[in-house]
Amino acid sequence: MQEHIVIIGNGISGVTTARHIRKASDKKITIISAETDHFFSRTALMYIYMGHMKYEHTKPYEDYFWKKNRIDLKRAFVDTVDHENKQLLLSGGEKMSYDKLVLAVGSKPNKFGWPGQDLDGVQGLYSKQDLDMLEANAPDKETCKRAVVVGGGLIGIEMVEMLLTRDIPVTFLVRENSFWNGVLPQGESEMINRHIKSHHVDLRLGFNLDSILADDNGKVRAVTIKETGEEIACNVVGLTAGVSPNVAFLKDSGIELGRGIKVNPMLETNIKDIYAIGDCAEQHEGINGRRPIEAVWYTGRMMGETLAQTLTGNPTAYNPGHWFNSAKFMDIEYQTYGWVFSKPKEGNTHFHWMHKDDNKCITIEMQEGTRKFVGINNFGIRLRHELFDRWLTEGRTTDYVLEHLKDANFDPEFYSHYEKDILDAYNAAYGTSLSPKKKSWKRIFA
Amino acid sequence: MKIIKNLGLVIFITGLAIWTASIFMGDFTLQQEQLDSFISEKGIKSELVAQKISDNVVGKKLGTFAFTGAVRDALAQNNDYYDAQIAKYDAAKEWDKKGEQYQYRINDKDFQAFSFSLAKKAGTGFIVENKGLMWFLTFGLGILGALMFIFPNLVLLGKPGIKNDHVYHEAATNRGWIAWLVLVYLVLFYLVLYFNADYVVNWTFILDPISNALNGGDASQWFVYGFLYCVIMVTMAVRMYIKYRHNKYQIVRTTSVLFFQIVFAFLIPEIMASLGKPGYDFKNAFPLDYDFFFEWNLDTLTQSGGLGIFILVWGVVLTLVIVPVMVYFFGKRWYCSWVCGCGGLAETLGDPYRQHSNKSMKAWKLERWLIHSVLVFSLVMTLVTLYCYFTGAEAFLGINSQWIKDTYSFLIGAWFAGVIGTGFYPIFGNRVWCRFGCPLAAYLGFVQRFKSRFRITTNGGQCISCGNCSTYCEQGIDVRAYAQKGENIVRSSCVGCGVCSAVCPRGVLKLENGPEAGRINPTQVLLGNDVDLMDYVNNKEAS
Ligand SMILES: Cc1cc2nc3c(=O)[nH]c(=O)nc-3n(C[C@H](O)[C@H](O)[C@H](O)COP(=O)(O)OP(=O)(O)OC[C@H]3O[C@@H](n4cnc5c(N)ncnc54)[C@H](O)[C@@H]3O)c2cc1C
Ligand code: SF4
Ligand code: SF4
Repeated sequence: MQEHIVIIGNGISGVTTARHIRKASDKKITIISAETDHFFSRTALMYIYMGHMKYEHTKPYEDYFWKKNRIDLKRAFVDTVDHENKQLLLSGGEKMSYDKLVLAVGSKPNKFGWPGQDLDGVQGLYSKQDLDMLEANAPDKETCKRAVVVGGGLIGIEMVEMLLTRDIPVTFLVRENSFWNGVLPQGESEMINRHIKSHHVDLRLGFNLDSILADDNGKVRAVTIKETGEEIACNVVGLTAGVSPNVAFLKDSGIELGRGIKVNPMLETNIKDIYAIGDCAEQHEGINGRRPIEAVWYTGRMMGETLAQTLTGNPTAYNPGHWFNSAKFMDIEYQTYGWVFSKPKEGNTHFHWMHKDDNKCITIEMQEGTRKFVGINNFGIRLRHELFDRWLTEGRTTDYVLEHLKDANFDPEFYSHYEKDILDAYNAAYGTSLSPKKKSWKRIFA
Repeated sequence: MKIIKNLGLVIFITGLAIWTASIFMGDFTLQQEQLDSFISEKGIKSELVAQKISDNVVGKKLGTFAFTGAVRDALAQNNDYYDAQIAKYDAAKEWDKKGEQYQYRINDKDFQAFSFSLAKKAGTGFIVENKGLMWFLTFGLGILGALMFIFPNLVLLGKPGIKNDHVYHEAATNRGWIAWLVLVYLVLFYLVLYFNADYVVNWTFILDPISNALNGGDASQWFVYGFLYCVIMVTMAVRMYIKYRHNKYQIVRTTSVLFFQIVFAFLIPEIMASLGKPGYDFKNAFPLDYDFFFEWNLDTLTQSGGLGIFILVWGVVLTLVIVPVMVYFFGKRWYCSWVCGCGGLAETLGDPYRQHSNKSMKAWKLERWLIHSVLVFSLVMTLVTLYCYFTGAEAFLGINSQWIKDTYSFLIGAWFAGVIGTGFYPIFGNRVWCRFGCPLAAYLGFVQRFKSRFRITTNGGQCISCGNCSTYCEQGIDVRAYAQKGENIVRSSCVGCGVCSAVCPRGVLKLENGPEAGRINPTQVLLGNDVDLMDYVNNKEAS
């Protein structure tokens, strides 16, 4: 009998694991998910509501793919993991045994015990079901006269953008006194504040949700703000105050849990033959200065790639390279390579450049003195991942990076270039006299 | 703003309605002299035709369909009569007599042209007398309405950025009833244009003044088509400019394609014609320009002195040298989305429908079969034609030259490129012809795939598999399938429209021309993960 690998969760991490196991072996693979029949891209949920795509378009593989690659799909919810008998109990009473179990169960939206948080019309945005719920709760501005989105993170701003496309007035309640400023340096965060406001969003910085009020039918009718006691009438409340690992069903399973499922760099849990990856995995200690829980798309994918190696006889530790990520704040694209902290780490300093049109800027974090490059945030300008990855590995200085910035530009052809502007600002700040080097394919492909 | 937009829509629809209704307007009264001069001009031998038309048509005041119907009837009766004669002599085995009869028949294919020419002479009434006013009521209102519909987007669509909100909510862009209506209208338009031009002779009256000014002659249905094409492209380009105003690549590209359509495809040929030269579209490369090597064209060119010879040489050099060299440096986009007229219409009128291209593996398979078959078809046709041209034979390789040319013109030239290629925009997307049918695209595609500096670079590991790129790729390329693996996109069918790069919310895609080495990148594992899988794979093979 072929070894049976069961994966719970058909998100990016589970599916990547399955694909790479199939590439390297002939093992029997089953993916169980309660959410949808097929893998879809969670990151694209917003585009379905906005009408850019339909659900079908968010599926990265055609439906025949799974059968062709002999990956069995099972639509069910796993109630319990019985590791002593190597068995799963599915809701509905069915049982399934496994030889190896991969937990790729993702996250769920945070709820902080707000009064009224389970009312009709209050919802997060994580699953396909959440999306369907939003479509029902906020199909148009007549049904939903105002929405309040609570929590100033990446999903929050996506939800705001979504609701705006249906002309629904939105109040955006952000606890911090500037948008996402736990992550973004001040200049950037403030630029995004202005951008949000320019989209006619009622942005409330520095305010907390106090409670959610119901009407006679148990539907949300308003929220109150803690600091002011103000009541804001609304029909929909979006709770987007972060996510946390979706591990409730594992509570008594004997698998060690912290906030997430505890794993070592081999992505093994405390129980033999059970692994955890993606949003739900929590490293005992963050690797290479990363957070113990990394709830982003590409880390799920990388953990999946890595674990598949281990499961097919090539034991491999999860060893992510330099940090990178990207997002989009309404019309402004954002990418980051390396580490830029909201306040420079000790011994580091920031160089910040902003374009006068107020929708492009960069921040570079570097070591004081040596000006060794630590990371970059770029808004409204696209930059080449490969080069930054290399520059970080090579330990380049910021001087070097900025001199060669043309190599790294990734904007479409004919776009205006800002390398010179940026360097001028840098020269003024650091007393250097650098000038941009011409783009060189040789260096790009070096 | 919304009011202006809606008003614009009403005005546009009014213009369109008058345009459509104009087909039925006015009367046709053919005078005997007009008929006589036509008969002698065309050298028509059958007296029966002249007789029948004289009886049934001349002097009568007829509507469009009554007139064209009567003319076509007369032609059919004529043919019936001579068919009977032929059968009779055949039975009597009087071969000479039988042979004589054929010259009196009118080729069935020419009915519409025959009827068109007579109608053009016979037209009277409101349209003919009010060409300027009619122009305003049709083109004028159409353009005005469309612009009033489009311009408010500058405000309504909000700040510059990607504007695909509600594409899948609206009946016009989500294969709803509006889309089907547009499809029916477009298909009917092409069927009339290609096969029943005599029905729309009224349209040509409306453009006579402009045609006269440009080339000194009255407008034909092809003039109408060319003019309409330019007008539609310009108007819809305004829409492109607004929609993609944040994206300079789109702006420059749209301007280029407009320029080539208006100047190269429309003005230059018209001006050449007015100078008594053969009208030639200098950018239209064989085998898209499938009749370039047809006898009539070779004859015209060889008889047109220096210019004709220049065109002949240019046409050959364009296809054999310029096209592939440019594709080597810039990818096939230099032609397909910067220069070509078919591409130009697809990128302007067709832009609202780009999301309908089919991304499935099956469609890709079909694409490769179809487009390469058409390429082979066009080459075989040309080979046969040229052989017959130089040897005077009727057939080559057992293929009749006239037959293959007719078949190609009908199936590929009219049906595939026109009726299906454009008519089906609203349901199957804007590049059906370019993707499945265009033989030039197939040729360019080979070069692009195997010998070119063009690629779409994928930005390392940044792709989040959202699917915007694939959805909006008009060529049905599953861009995401490459991007999410960190693989560059090097596909023969990519026309380099740049929209995948524009709609990507994570800045993952860049169209660029660079060294060939490194164009196709091996990507077993995404950038960012320090597992060196390639090492692993290689070691495993070694051990
Ligand atoms: C709206 C939104 C936008 C985002 N945008 C970005 C972005 O732009 N960039 C980025 O990097 N990240 C983004 N993320 C985060 C990213 O989507 C996640 O990090 C990623 O999807 C996690 O993948 P995963 O495979 O670990 O888990 P998931 O995708 O959550 O998959 C887990 C699956 O397991 C199923 N499951 C859980 N428990 C059980 C059970 N007991 N039985 C059966 N099935 C079960 C769940 O239903 C779910 O289908 C976004 C997330 C959201 C919600
Ligand atoms: S791959 Fe991109 S550039 Fe090429 S045709 Fe498709 S959308 Fe256009
Ligand atoms: S649009 Fe961009 S992020 Fe989305 S799938 Fe395509 S390449 Fe990836």
